[in-house]
Amino acid sequence: MNRIKTLLAEPLVLASIAILVLLAAGELLSPGFARGDQITRLLTVAAILGIAAAGQSLVVIGGREGIDLSVGALISLGALTAGNVMSGSNGAILPAVLAAGGVTFAIGIVNGLGVTALRIPPLVMTLGMMGVIQGGLVVLSRGAPSGNAAPMLMSFVNQPLLLGLPGILFVWALIAVAMWFLLRRTSFGYAVYAMGSNERAAALTGMPTSLLRTLLYGLSGLFAGLTGVCVIGYTGNSFISVGDQYVLPSIIAVVIGGVSLAGGAGNYFGVMLGAIALTLLQSVLTTLQLEFWGRQIIFGAVLLGLMLLYGRQKQLRV
Amino acid sequence: MTGMAMVLRGRSWLVTLAALLVLVAVNGVLQPNLFTGNVLKSNLTVFLPLVLVAIGQTYVVLAGDIDLSVGAIIALVNVVTVAVINAVGNGVGAVLLGVTAGLLTGIVSGLFNGFLVAVMRFQPIVTTFATGIIFSGMALWLLPTAGLPVPAVYWRTYSGSLLGLPVTLWIFALALLLVAILVRRPFLTHLAAVGGSRTGAFQTGLPVARIRIQGYVLAGLFSAFASLCLTGETASGDPLMGRMLALSSISAVVLGGTALAGGSGSAFGSVLGALVLGMIGNVIFFAGLPFEYQTLVQGLITLAALAGGILVARR
Repeated sequence: MNRIKTLLAEPLVLASIAILVLLAAGELLSPGFARGDQITRLLTVAAILGIAAAGQSLVVIGGREGIDLSVGALISLGALTAGNVMSGSNGAILPAVLAAGGVTFAIGIVNGLGVTALRIPPLVMTLGMMGVIQGGLVVLSRGAPSGNAAPMLMSFVNQPLLLGLPGILFVWALIAVAMWFLLRRTSFGYAVYAMGSNERAAALTGMPTSLLRTLLYGLSGLFAGLTGVCVIGYTGNSFISVGDQYVLPSIIAVVIGGVSLAGGAGNYFGVMLGAIALTLLQSVLTTLQLEFWGRQIIFGAVLLGLMLLYGRQKQLRV
Repeated sequence: MTGMAMVLRGRSWLVTLAALLVLVAVNGVLQPNLFTGNVLKSNLTVFLPLVLVAIGQTYVVLAGDIDLSVGAIIALVNVVTVAVINAVGNGVGAVLLGVTAGLLTGIVSGLFNGFLVAVMRFQPIVTTFATGIIFSGMALWLLPTAGLPVPAVYWRTYSGSLLGLPVTLWIFALALLLVAILVRRPFLTHLAAVGGSRTGAFQTGLPVARIRIQGYVLAGLFSAFASLCLTGETASGDPLMGRMLALSSISAVVLGGTALAGGSGSAFGSVLGALVLGMIGNVIFFAGLPFEYQTLVQGLITLAALAGGILVARR
């Protein structure tokens, strides 16, 4: 019994169970839900959220109440930049990716400098930055949808590339390996965990914590920019609030994936499962053909249920 | 440490006050009729909802928590109030019943948040995001689309005057009075103690969970006040009301010098913060900037103000 309990407390196990239950529920509600091509479709949507959540998880693992509320605006900015740089031409995909990633990385670094050099709480810094970027987006686009995805990018995201899977899934897998390598096989990764669990101790052992943290926010920006490229590849064009819907889901995927919001613990594989579970949940709720309000209430209730399983904080009585 | 820094220590709301005065002066130059009764009244009507939500948010933040669901509570309270008024009839009695139902809705929503965060020990950010989804789902269930008017007696009273002063000014004054009363209660000290050191407060024997719940209930109640004001302004039911107010209220609280980590700050500061946010919008509007630059400049000034306030408070 105890062993089952320990196993169930493991976020990876829990998220996997949640995914299987949701798949079964979907198949029951609408036969064909768990068909191969449907699952591929779901994974594509989950990949977009998962890439955004990669940056979010880095910032959260880094500790000191790390959080990035500007990812939504950065995703919109990435999509807008990429869309305008490539404007429908296949040859300009690489410059578009570089431009989107470069701009959002730079803004992420500014977030990081605000958090480290000026010691502004991350929630406030990234919230303020969100407002600035949204303002910038209005200036850049004048409020109208703009930019066009190149056909090649669209088929890379939406059409099968290899083994029946679209290219974006291979990108996601590559990012997963990169995240694992970064966090578990480099001194950078170990420093991030050390800093997340005890910043003072990390600083006293000589780690450049400010530099590390600034980089984490830069990486969060970079991942948001890449997510923006995927979003425009998925939908074809972009509008200024296209990324807003990813802000809180990226945080929830991180929490479901077993990354503690207090920092210093968790890994990206859990976050990937979290992103898949979250996408599946939304999809199952859509299949239910409920009214929008019903879906909302169930979505909120399931989130609370997940919190019951592993979003709980330590008891005060020791 | 210079004398100036001594005065400012722990009183970053003084900087917010100075910023507010500067903004009022700039606004006065840009808009010469600012200080006429009508313009002041319409400004207050616009600022009042955020002021009220920011006051409520302060009590949650003081205890070291956060409430992202206040925007959804505003929508739910609005919809409940309007639905009750329309179900009962359109008289004064119906309005009073509707307002009571609205206030109760706010309190119950706050209780629900507080229970989940303080008793169940759920993480506040994700929890209040989730409850916010539930609250707005319920608002959409009760009223799928905007519409359903409130009787004239409601919005006429709200936009009218009492003893020669606008009703909105009375509400503003009453809110400040409520804050002033709370300042004198031991409750506020307990709240700050819980936010400053949860373990310490627990070991002193404070009922930590109850105090945190009370913070959330106050946030729910003040959100309900804000919602009733917005309802007086729009005179109808709107299940999407108050969308942006959750994040703005956090900005206002931070601008007012309350530490997000909890433990120190004041609701008066948040009132100043909310007024500053409102005045930034005013000044930008009257500065005659091209429309597409207004959001950007507003974002930049807000970020600068947030950063500046925190830097000054630390000196």
